[in-house]
Amino acid sequence: MIATVEPPRPPPQGQRFIVDRKAAAQVPDTPVVFDCENVEVYYSAFRAVRGVSLKIQANQITAFIGPSGCGKTTVLRSLNRMHDVIPGARVAGKVRYHGVDLYAPEVSATEVRRRIGMVFQKPNPFPKSIYDNIAFGPRVNGITGKADLDVIVEKSLRSAALWDEVKDRLKHSALGMSGGQQQRLCIARTVAVEPEVVLMDEPCSALDPIATARIEELMRELKSRFTIVIVTHNMQQAARCSDRTAFFTTEVDSKNDRRTGTLVEFDQTSKIFSAPSDERTENYITGRFG
Amino acid sequence: MTASSITNPPDLRARPSWRATKNTIVMAALGGAVLLVAIPLIAVLWSVVSRGIVMTFAHFPAFFTDEIPVVSRRPGPGMGPAILGTLLVTGGATVIAVPLGILGAVYLHEYGQSGAFARLVRFMSTVMTGVPSVVMGLFVYLTWTLAFGYSAFGGALALACLMLPVVIGSTEQMLKLVPPQLREAAYALGTTKSRTILTVVLPAALPGIVSGSLLAIARAAGETAPLLFAVGAATAYNPHLFSEANTALSVQIFGNANSSFPAAQERAWAAALTLVLLTFIVTLVARTFTARLALKR
Repeated sequence: MIATVEPPRPPPQGQRFIVDRKAAAQVPDTPVVFDCENVEVYYSAFRAVRGVSLKIQANQITAFIGPSGCGKTTVLRSLNRMHDVIPGARVAGKVRYHGVDLYAPEVSATEVRRRIGMVFQKPNPFPKSIYDNIAFGPRVNGITGKADLDVIVEKSLRSAALWDEVKDRLKHSALGMSGGQQQRLCIARTVAVEPEVVLMDEPCSALDPIATARIEELMRELKSRFTIVIVTHNMQQAARCSDRTAFFTTEVDSKNDRRTGTLVEFDQTSKIFSAPSDERTENYITGRFG
Repeated sequence: MTASSITNPPDLRARPSWRATKNTIVMAALGGAVLLVAIPLIAVLWSVVSRGIVMTFAHFPAFFTDEIPVVSRRPGPGMGPAILGTLLVTGGATVIAVPLGILGAVYLHEYGQSGAFARLVRFMSTVMTGVPSVVMGLFVYLTWTLAFGYSAFGGALALACLMLPVVIGSTEQMLKLVPPQLREAAYALGTTKSRTILTVVLPAALPGIVSGSLLAIARAAGETAPLLFAVGAATAYNPHLFSEANTALSVQIFGNANSSFPAAQERAWAAALTLVLLTFIVTLVARTFTARLALKR
């Protein structure tokens, strides 16, 4: 028997990322939408994330990258109080939205989420018709006139580049669509309530490259109207479409083997991918780690 | 060794094995079990249909409309009041138990969750499932019938008590099956919890809730013991829900089957067939209605 142990593959050093340097060099300083100050998230007694301080600016795409379990999604969900629905979850530190503390006692989570929408990892259309999926949010906000809703549904589906594909079957179930269409429907549904911010939690991880490209294109179009925060496992995706990138990683406490996510570096995307200032970031983006 | 070393086509036929034998044995056992379960069902249906069909349809539609003969020795049709009574009693019980049960399940699953009060209610509901229907009849007799006399409503109360835990249990199971992602999607659009439950969770669980409720209704429609205490045994039409003795198909089956007169026994079989048909029709209507709500893919 011949032992055919493959030699360990060398890390893909010098992996190149396509960063649009000209555009990247001039990421404008737009108004601050989110100001996170030393954010920590707890699940009961377990601290999942610590020490996250960053500012997210208007009409830009901010990407959260990092290995699994580093708390990207956890931080994202703290931006529109989605942790409220998880028993035992708690956010410490300050998350300010236009200067207002999102976790102040008088702040209503419902009002927060009307302004800060979210697209999830797995497409999650309601088991309703395509039309009713889009009209759901506006109806919740008190828009009931059919003519008004028709306009919103068409506009939203057009924003998500879905109108031409579904305009003849608006009354059909949304569950009959392909995965990529369902995810664009979820984006259209989010856009329909005219939020200021759209949070996206790995929106392309269940999609093929073609559907992914469409969604990325969509994000670039939507940037002029919305502030976008996207969590992604795909570093190329972050490099391709984001203006700023936050790199998270996991710290392991050697004493009790507790793993806590933390923010390592937050900067313009071109800088993160070409000249990161932290060694851990460099190791991650060059493939030596994670 | 090179890649092209395979010269003969590979033998991919199944090899005789103990695993295949086990498969055959278990499949045979399962098939046998299905037959075993089907035999009593078919036997019951056959005896009810064969013995009841002549009386039920011979003087059509007299059996469904005529009053019940006061002298049970007298041959001939008539179960109209019992059909109306069953509809009143079961309908009343449904109106009480289904909304209450759904609301209870929504509280347990969406609000109470694993809190102390919710756990207590869930436990009590389970206990209630085990209470014999006679006991439920006695309970209603003592708390309602003694004070207000025989009425269809007393029967409805007793049946509602029997249906309530079944509706709560099945509805809670159905709510558990609604994916949490749907709730999150609604929350992320700025929807309040109550509105999410009304417009997303309950519609998604509706087919299951309808099935569970139908099961409870069908079971209740055949209950006899509690009705003997609460409803009485009238032979004439009584369209009033809250006053005077009424009757029901199950009560008439019980009474007539116990009679020594062949005419009465014949009516008992026909009433049994009518009850089966009635349950079947209600189930069919409810299912069609639910299917209507489903969307084209």
